[in-house]
Amino acid sequence: MNLSNRKFIVGIIFLVIGLIFSVRLFNVQVLDDKYKEESDDNVLREVIQYPARGLVYDRNGELLVYNEAAYDLMVLPKQVKTLDTLDLCLLLEIEKEVFVEKLIKAKKYSRYKPSTFLKEISSISYANIQEQLYKYPGFFVHTRTLRKYPRNSAAHILGYIGEVNQSVIKKKPYYRSGDYIGKSGLEYSYEELLRGTRGVKRVLVDVHNREKGSYKDGARDTMAVTGTVLRTTLDVVLQEYGELLMQNKKGSIVAIEPKTGEILALVSAPNYDPNMLVGRAVGKNYPALSKDTLKPLFNRALMARYPPGSIFKTVQALVGMQAGVINENSGFPCIKSLVHCHPHPSAQNVSSSIKMSCNPYYYSLFKRLIQQKKDKSIFKDSEIGLGIWSEQIKKFGFGKRLATDLPGINSGYVPDVGFYNRWYGEGRWASSTIYSLSIGQGEMGVIPLQMANLSAIIANQGYYYVPHFIKTIDKVDSIPSQFTKKESVGIDGQYFLPIVDGMYRVVNEAGGTARRAKIVKEIVVCGKTGTAENPHGEDHSVFIAFAPKDNPQIAIAVFVENAGFGGTWAAPIASLMMEQYLTDSISTKNLRKEKRILEANLLNVKPKK
Amino acid sequence: MRSYKSILGKIDWPIILLYLILVFVGWINIYAAVYNEEHHSIFDITQRYGKQLMWIVLALVIAFLILLMDSHFFTSFAIPIYGLVLLALIGVLIFGVETNGARSWFRLGSFKLQPSEFAKFATSLALAKYLSALNINMKDVKTKVMAAVIIGLPAVLILLQNDTGSTLVYAAFIFVLYREGLSGNILLFGILAILVFVLTLIFGPVTIILTAAFAYIVIYGLMKYDVKTAFISVLAFSVLTSAFFHFELNSSTLYYGIAGALFFLVVYLITRKEMRDKAIHYVGIVIFVITCSYIYSIDFAFNKVLKEHQRTRITVLLGEEEKLIEQIQALKLARDREGISKEDKQEIRDDIGVKRFSLRELRQGNGWNIKQSLIAIGSGGFTGKGFLEGTQTKFNFVPEQSTDFIFCTIGEEWGFLGTFFLICVYIALFLRILFLAERQRSIFSRVYGYAVASILFFHFLINIGMTIGLAPVIGIPLPFISYGGSSLWSFTILLFIFIKLDSERLLVLR
Repeated sequence: MNLSNRKFIVGIIFLVIGLIFSVRLFNVQVLDDKYKEESDDNVLREVIQYPARGLVYDRNGELLVYNEAAYDLMVLPKQVKTLDTLDLCLLLEIEKEVFVEKLIKAKKYSRYKPSTFLKEISSISYANIQEQLYKYPGFFVHTRTLRKYPRNSAAHILGYIGEVNQSVIKKKPYYRSGDYIGKSGLEYSYEELLRGTRGVKRVLVDVHNREKGSYKDGARDTMAVTGTVLRTTLDVVLQEYGELLMQNKKGSIVAIEPKTGEILALVSAPNYDPNMLVGRAVGKNYPALSKDTLKPLFNRALMARYPPGSIFKTVQALVGMQAGVINENSGFPCIKSLVHCHPHPSAQNVSSSIKMSCNPYYYSLFKRLIQQKKDKSIFKDSEIGLGIWSEQIKKFGFGKRLATDLPGINSGYVPDVGFYNRWYGEGRWASSTIYSLSIGQGEMGVIPLQMANLSAIIANQGYYYVPHFIKTIDKVDSIPSQFTKKESVGIDGQYFLPIVDGMYRVVNEAGGTARRAKIVKEIVVCGKTGTAENPHGEDHSVFIAFAPKDNPQIAIAVFVENAGFGGTWAAPIASLMMEQYLTDSISTKNLRKEKRILEANLLNVKPKK
Repeated sequence: MRSYKSILGKIDWPIILLYLILVFVGWINIYAAVYNEEHHSIFDITQRYGKQLMWIVLALVIAFLILLMDSHFFTSFAIPIYGLVLLALIGVLIFGVETNGARSWFRLGSFKLQPSEFAKFATSLALAKYLSALNINMKDVKTKVMAAVIIGLPAVLILLQNDTGSTLVYAAFIFVLYREGLSGNILLFGILAILVFVLTLIFGPVTIILTAAFAYIVIYGLMKYDVKTAFISVLAFSVLTSAFFHFELNSSTLYYGIAGALFFLVVYLITRKEMRDKAIHYVGIVIFVITCSYIYSIDFAFNKVLKEHQRTRITVLLGEEEKLIEQIQALKLARDREGISKEDKQEIRDDIGVKRFSLRELRQGNGWNIKQSLIAIGSGGFTGKGFLEGTQTKFNFVPEQSTDFIFCTIGEEWGFLGTFFLICVYIALFLRILFLAERQRSIFSRVYGYAVASILFFHFLINIGMTIGLAPVIGIPLPFISYGGSSLWSFTILLFIFIKLDSERLLVLR
């Protein structure tokens, strides 16, 4: 056997292996694109560039919301070297045990990725720490922004932001875990404008996910676009004053510019400092606020439904005149057997009935409205009458959600035929059954915003704009069209004259129910008190007003829970608010009134027996 | 003393050129693999590329010294060198330091030396010395045993150092023995054994035995008798097998029976010329038992004897790595979202057969390495990403990128052009060595030449095979290219002794 031939066998084996390798390499490197994609997956990371959230101003350009830098101390466990723990603890003002615990936690998360070591260091200690940080490799400071509210007010309107939750992420793919989103108030309503647009930076990373530089020198990166600047309709001075007046009280103030529907102030008391729901304080403050029995998180001005009480008489009179069941000179005797009333002479016309807030007058008026004798059956007739009535009432913005720009608004309630048919049974009720509607009690429910809107309607003599908070978006006057559409209430302008006259007399004439609402001679106030009976205790004190009479600049509704007669508390508060708004100050003459309101604590008024 | 000129004139320059190409390719790719912007000079000796340059210079000095020496030194001192290396291998077990789980290094200050690297050329010299002696015939049992001992001693000592990779290199000597007259059947048998091993792991022992039996019966029927007999045999076999599956006889005895019949036939085929009919029965039974045990022991050894990391090496090789990586990626996703549930963890444990579950462990696993290695090489494309432009190796996705996985850097930055060029250089080197070995007058030089080619080839086979997913992950260096002084010097010594022997081939009397 010639062993020399075996050199060929060995040589061929070498060649075959070389060939196999070459074919395999050709496959892997040239034919198969899979590995090229996976290579990009390996090294390319998208780093989100977070835009600064939009600023919010009041109507006069006062800053309401801005972003403040927050400093988080981060740690990268792999880079942490032996260090003077005690020294660092002193610098950070934490216990050694806490330090060790936090470091272990960070190591557990990842040795190669940074994790937050201390959240939200104050800017003072940040300056301190920054100077000394070079001594501690592995520790560095990460800057992010927090929402800040320099005026400490209007918490219910501005709302707050928080980390987006999973259900939102599923619905809106824009968001990613850890993003912040408006949770309530204007932060919620104008989220898409305020948040701005995220930018993306593509960076190269190594196997431990550490950044190694930009990809293609940033050619494919996108810049973050800062959130839109919003200017609200609020007058923050008025807002703050309203909050001050409402201290130690439960209730709401809503002030509207009648000609535009712009909300000047919206107070819900008790309230809270919006800065309480920022950053790491949220965890502590939110539960406390939500457990508070006075419900400070609850925006009463938009969410609380109350019986309107006597302020509703203005609506009844308007509807009555429009329907032709009375005219401005119709009088009804004050018969206390029909419905209780306070001592006063019988009202000889609409204006006087408003001034004296005569209950039997409206009992009779309501009976005429509901039973217009369009059917022989009194029950059938009542159904027809109530149907027409509730349709008309709804035109005032009652019983429906006003399409304002805050979330969670309540619709209030206007009872209709169906409601009473369910309640009493069909053909088993008539105007005498539902008479309490006539004076704004019973099943009627309105929210304070609707009350203020009513005041604006009267001031405008027949129309309103949906009350709203947005004045300009990004300095451009292009607010949503729903806020620029004139809504008519279907009552002729002439019928408002006796109402306005009555409201004038309420404030300015002897025997009027709200003499306390007078401001100064030059500014003529028109108003209407209400004292809403309710099953929860003392009557609610209600007042609506507008001023000046001839060219109304402000329409207001004040609602103070369980405070008693409308003229006692709600009227002076409204008066002070209007004075503040119209004259930018409180006249000496009214300082006593102011003092009385500021000192009043109406939180624990004894329940009515 | 002969003049330098006469020495240099007789040197085989093509082989020197191939050597220099490889060393240079190694150096610049080590530079690319561990490139450090703060030390961008390729001569910076604080970095691996600077150090490798030092090793290269020293290797060239060693090479030059070898060329200056008298070639009789190697023939005369082959056995003492071998003995010294064996002593060093024993010594390292006692005095060595442990690195990456293997106790294979001597530490002299900051300098480390790996005696197992030098055992390669020592063993080659000793084997050459033994086989070139007079009256040596590969057909003698004594020769086979002695050759096995010479190769086996260092192999066993290196295995004791827990360096499986370097141990396996000694399998390369089978090419040398084959060239010197070892039966081709043994080479074939070795290849078959590996094939059966892999197939058994993939398809399970039962299927392999059945398939083999089927094939053998067909072949036997055709060879011994005629088509008709073959057909009947196959039919009978099929009926038997179907019956087995039909009744679901849950016993492997039947398979032993089938396998027995089958190997009886095989043995007859192989030995029918040499054996008388009577003996066939006995030999057949013996081989049947051995082979059956082999197939079943694969299964047993794999699941019971092999350590987890060894098992992963094999499962990874068998194409399980894709599954493993997909699991890892699913895990990463799950972790990023909301963590991993207990059930998921258990399922993954069951799937990939690891006891403890940890992403980090998986990432350090061989499946991950192979995957990253393939990504690096694959992403290079046809022309590569360019020198120093590789992202996978530069950002440490590939492990051991300057040593065992240096081929990834070449693949990523130089593309298919680079890898194909490198393979051509290697194959050219191997074939050149074979060519030179065949022209030797002395058996010593020829045996030594074959040993050099085989050892280099084996490293090439395993190292590149590993990076492109064709061989198990075994940590052995790519000759002349991987970073490291010990390996570069040992390969240089290995090769240059042969170059020296070749340059003086005419002086040797036949």
